[in-house]
Amino acid sequence: MHRYRIAMSRTSDQSRQRGAGTSGSSGTRSPARRQFVFDTARLLCGVGILGLGLAGYQRNALARPPLAIRPPGAGDEEDFLGACIRCGMCVRDCPYGILALAKPESPVATGTPHFTARSGPCEMCEDIPCVRACPTGALDHSLTDINQSRMGLAILSDQETCLNFLGLRCDVCYRVCPVIDKAITLELRPNTRTGRHTMFIPTVHSEHCTGCGKCENACVTEEASIRVLPAPLIKGSLGEHYRLGWEEKRKAGGHSLVEERGIVDLPDRLPEGMRLEGHFDPGSERLPAGMPGSGDAQRVPSLPPGLGAANGGATAAAGGAGGKALPAEAGR
Amino acid sequence: MNSRRAGAEAVSEKGWLAAHRWLLARRFCQLAILALFLLGPLAGIWIVKGNLAYSLSLDTLPLTDPYVLLQSLLTGHRPERLGLIGAAIVLVFYLVVGGRVYCSWVCPLNPVTDLAGWLRDRLGIRGSAHVARATRYWILAMTLLLAALGGGIAWELVNPVSMLQRGLIFGLGAAWMLTLAVFVFDLFVMSRGWCGHLCPVGAFYSLLGRWSPLRVTAAKRAACNDCMDCFEVCPEPQVIRPALKGAGQGIGPVILAANCTNCGRCIDVCSKDVFAFGLRFNNHPDDGAQPAAPSPTATT
Repeated sequence: MHRYRIAMSRTSDQSRQRGAGTSGSSGTRSPARRQFVFDTARLLCGVGILGLGLAGYQRNALARPPLAIRPPGAGDEEDFLGACIRCGMCVRDCPYGILALAKPESPVATGTPHFTARSGPCEMCEDIPCVRACPTGALDHSLTDINQSRMGLAILSDQETCLNFLGLRCDVCYRVCPVIDKAITLELRPNTRTGRHTMFIPTVHSEHCTGCGKCENACVTEEASIRVLPAPLIKGSLGEHYRLGWEEKRKAGGHSLVEERGIVDLPDRLPEGMRLEGHFDPGSERLPAGMPGSGDAQRVPSLPPGLGAANGGATAAAGGAGGKALPAEAGR
Repeated sequence: MNSRRAGAEAVSEKGWLAAHRWLLARRFCQLAILALFLLGPLAGIWIVKGNLAYSLSLDTLPLTDPYVLLQSLLTGHRPERLGLIGAAIVLVFYLVVGGRVYCSWVCPLNPVTDLAGWLRDRLGIRGSAHVARATRYWILAMTLLLAALGGGIAWELVNPVSMLQRGLIFGLGAAWMLTLAVFVFDLFVMSRGWCGHLCPVGAFYSLLGRWSPLRVTAAKRAACNDCMDCFEVCPEPQVIRPALKGAGQGIGPVILAANCTNCGRCIDVCSKDVFAFGLRFNNHPDDGAQPAAPSPTATT
């Protein structure tokens, strides 16, 4: 290693020389030194190419096949591949033997633990032995309640084959769920095909689903109609700016956001005097002919026709600039 | 050495067993370690759980591979206590006995590359791709850099050492192909190619054992009859010369090079019993110099 360091500094000397005067006299450069530079360059290029290849392979390994589920407590794939040293202690301590280390030919990163829900789901041991066995914390030791684990997320992936969607009462996924009535509920819908029955729709709630895979394992259809997949693959996100009116109303103790701020009606910018067939503009005084109240030019409803027509209306036009008025909120 | 086999002289002088003492001990050690790991999955006797990356013996003794743990640390992950304790134990052990003892006494790939080296010699395969022995340190640096930049333990995706051991314990899969590739590479492409030139695991352990007190020493180097058998069998022959032939330049008889694997094959194969295991401190230039010759040999 020492000799090696000397060799390194010599290389940089050499390159400095070359940079300084390639056109100058090069008589001092011996063939041996040239050879040394070439050898070093060859070595660096070789190792560099190996490194690039390895980095690419590592990137690929991040794309884990969706049906390979990580044990409880595993973080996202990038963190996990940095934390897991592939010792297999989790595999050994799983009392149900569902975990396996990926073999080199598998598309899962070599040597890392995983299970396949369809053939053997997580049995959700209360003491979580796989996590406790992990020496690196690749399986997070702060996970002490198995119900808080998020190995994946169940999704009813095929409504065409799910027996409950066909109007039958299978309910198997619902019944085997360890977090029954929270992670999977049965939502009632009218069966429009028969016109007289109820469909019991298995509905997954991501808030409670641990991704153990028992539903997929138990699904009676030949190919599972409900599956457990990595949550990022299937979980949507509304976006920060979305507000669900009914949720906001509940949170505010019965006051809706809209009530407090009033409806803001933006000008329609139609040419003066123009009328559009069927167009309704709650802010304008124009109403399509034949609408309730269209005969009364003074009445401007604050709600669309058919909604609250009985108690809507009677709104004073505040400030008639441009012939349009922002309707004040109808007191209700 | 023409038709004469390396070590033939030692066999005829010391007997076969004495001329293979350390080799046999080493193979026994390698097999015993593997057997301990296999006893659990094959016979249900769980003395050791895990593999060389991390293992728990008798449910109390943790042992962690410091190289793989270092990569994990470089990705920014903080391991649990047992993992760190295990790494500390292994570090201290190899600091004492010499890092590359891992290579020659523990590594499951060593018998494979030893076999390739032996067969290469037997079949008289000459010619070898030339790559600097320092390449392994560059590969080591590259793997650490990848861990630091890429956020994953990239080397473990292809590491034939851990793949073979893990494969034997947890199910081989296609790991045998990689093992075979290393064997064929060592046999046909590069003499002592994998362990002696490329493997970053060995490179890591060689750095670990640079100052280890336990060393092979050419204590009786004066008795050397230049048969060259030790150079023939040594997987890292460059480490022998300074110790064996350095008496004239004031170099002591202890093999101090970090890449000596402490395999002890040179001890076996020497008919004059020049080599022995010893401590690095007994390394006076006069040690092992010509006893008959006048003492002022070393002055420069």
